[in-house]
Amino acid sequence: MNNDVKLMKGNEAIAHAAIRCGCDGYFGYPITPQSEIMETLMVEEPWKTTGMVVLQAESEVASINMLYGGAGCGKKVMTSSSSPGVSLMQEGISYIAGAELPCVIVNVMRGGPGLGTIQPSQADYFQTVKGGGHGDYKLITLAPASVQEMADFVDIGFEIAFKYRNPVMILSDGVIGQMMEKVVLPPFKPRWSNEHILNINPWATTGKTVNRKQNIITSLELQSELMEQNNLRFQEKYRQVEEKEVRYETIRCEDADYLIVAFGSCARISEKAVEIAREHGIKAGLLRPITLFPYPSKVLQQLTKQLKGILVVEMNAGQMVEDVRLFTREVVPVEFFGRMGGIIPSPEEVFHALENKFVNK
Amino acid sequence: MATEINDIIKPENLVGKKSALLTDVPMHYCPGCSHGVAHKLVAEVIEELGIQAETIGVGPVGCAVFIYNYIDIDWHEAAHGRAPAVATAVKRLMPEKYVFTYQGDGDLAAIGTGETIHACNRGENITIIFINNGIYGMTGGQMAPTTLAGMKTSTCPAGRELKNFGHPLKMTELVAQLEGTCYVTRQSVHTPIAVKKARKAILKGFKNQKMEKGVSFIEIVSTCNSGWKMSPVEANRWMQENMFPFYPLGDLKDI
Ligand SMILES: Cc1ncc(C[n+]2csc(CCOP(=O)(O)OP(=O)(O)O)c2C)c(N)n1
Ligand code: SF4
Repeated sequence: MNNDVKLMKGNEAIAHAAIRCGCDGYFGYPITPQSEIMETLMVEEPWKTTGMVVLQAESEVASINMLYGGAGCGKKVMTSSSSPGVSLMQEGISYIAGAELPCVIVNVMRGGPGLGTIQPSQADYFQTVKGGGHGDYKLITLAPASVQEMADFVDIGFEIAFKYRNPVMILSDGVIGQMMEKVVLPPFKPRWSNEHILNINPWATTGKTVNRKQNIITSLELQSELMEQNNLRFQEKYRQVEEKEVRYETIRCEDADYLIVAFGSCARISEKAVEIAREHGIKAGLLRPITLFPYPSKVLQQLTKQLKGILVVEMNAGQMVEDVRLFTREVVPVEFFGRMGGIIPSPEEVFHALENKFVNK
Repeated sequence: MATEINDIIKPENLVGKKSALLTDVPMHYCPGCSHGVAHKLVAEVIEELGIQAETIGVGPVGCAVFIYNYIDIDWHEAAHGRAPAVATAVKRLMPEKYVFTYQGDGDLAAIGTGETIHACNRGENITIIFINNGIYGMTGGQMAPTTLAGMKTSTCPAGRELKNFGHPLKMTELVAQLEGTCYVTRQSVHTPIAVKKARKAILKGFKNQKMEKGVSFIEIVSTCNSGWKMSPVEANRWMQENMFPFYPLGDLKDI
């Protein structure tokens, strides 16, 4: 029996995974439904073991700018929040993308707009994958659908963030953050030594020595020609990410006539809806995008050829469905089913939506 | 004429020289602006302490946004007002380094008030250099939180009227009350003696970092002759006559 199999909440899993994957610093501000992340870190006291810094900041504006500072030093830094807090972070996220800094940001989404509700939601899809902050940038976005993935995506997130020098968002929601499941925690990795950081992050502000030029963390460039070059470089990076980092899961898609597309907790619910549909003799399948940017558009286009219809299920008013329509060019009918306000759709509801929109039409 | 000057510029006649840490990039500051002198002092202090490789600067958004072009160390160019948050993380993750912020009054005392107060209150082991010129220089001379009563700016063209626009903010007095600050002082760079004192204050602010006593906060009451629409000489006089009575020079706290 593996000692590292534990029963815990998604939020707790993120905290343990951060310590275990050699994270150097966590900076955050409390907000439901994700406060267990910082609370768990404060109970674990990793500064006494791995040396990881954990700091409760005065606001999300401060925490994201602390990430800008920490990431600029070449360190593995992360923050977490929920929707209103992530809205506050947008300027900082844009600076981090513009200065090409790696970091991991967790959004355990709740319902909006405004103070909205503390109940789960997926209404920050647009904010996350379409920019959120100002300027042309992209957040590489991982959408976990289990407590296990909450744990796994921290390390994967750092890996991708440093590979591309780009912020990575773990876009979760109140369901995944709060639910308890069995999880195998990742093995302990030591934090990077200062020498290692010098080798792998030569751009980091480790102190200017005589044998190298200054390292300057900035997103500023007032010469238009050079600023356009910077933007072209970012766009090229995003193309690379689109080519190499797409992740998804397909369930019972081989012979499917109808496809449900859903991410995160809605994918879990939709998986059950697929089973119900199959019991009713309807050949349904599920495509679960794991990365929301880059989007698994190729597999979606591939699958479309065999399909009679696509149902997109989200806990919002219909956001990802716009991308599904775009990527499939609507060569098959694309319908939407969603709940809002913190209501979690049931598998039966999703099945009925599929039935009503396509089969019984 | 040229030969005469070259006759004078001889090693034996040198009374001072540019810090090796100041780059050769021409500064973009208006003639008479205090930023240039303040930069020079920061560079000299880092050179004197021999800590170029151990110092990380955090720059503001404001006229000093390009400070990284002038002082030859590693820099973070922070978002407007967020330098104390950036510096907090840099120092906590690399406690062996010297970390300082350099900020204007709009940056530090308006949009970044929260970050300033909380970094000071947490007692971060950093140095904060606060350039108070009573105006927003970079964006063209708008009212700052530190703009004096009656002072004219582009957003209070009839003069700052306290009933509408509130009172000039004494940020330095404010942070002096916080347990997390160890050294709080107000200086200026308008005369050679003042420059010497300001240099000493910055030096002390940097040295304090090794003693882990908390934030050293150094305000430099400064001129913005372009924003104030005055010649450099007039600006210096106006500062002494109007700024100093409201923002008196000297140490507020030294523990
Ligand atoms: C979020 C944000 N708001 C506004 C600005 C515009 N802005 C740039 S500098 C500045 C004020 C600078 O004044 P101060 O901090 O006093 O520095 P100075 O230029 O006088 O040295 C403002 C408002 C900005 N860059 N970012
Ligand atoms: S505008 Fe004011 S603060 Fe800016 S460089 Fe000119 S004099 Fe200095």
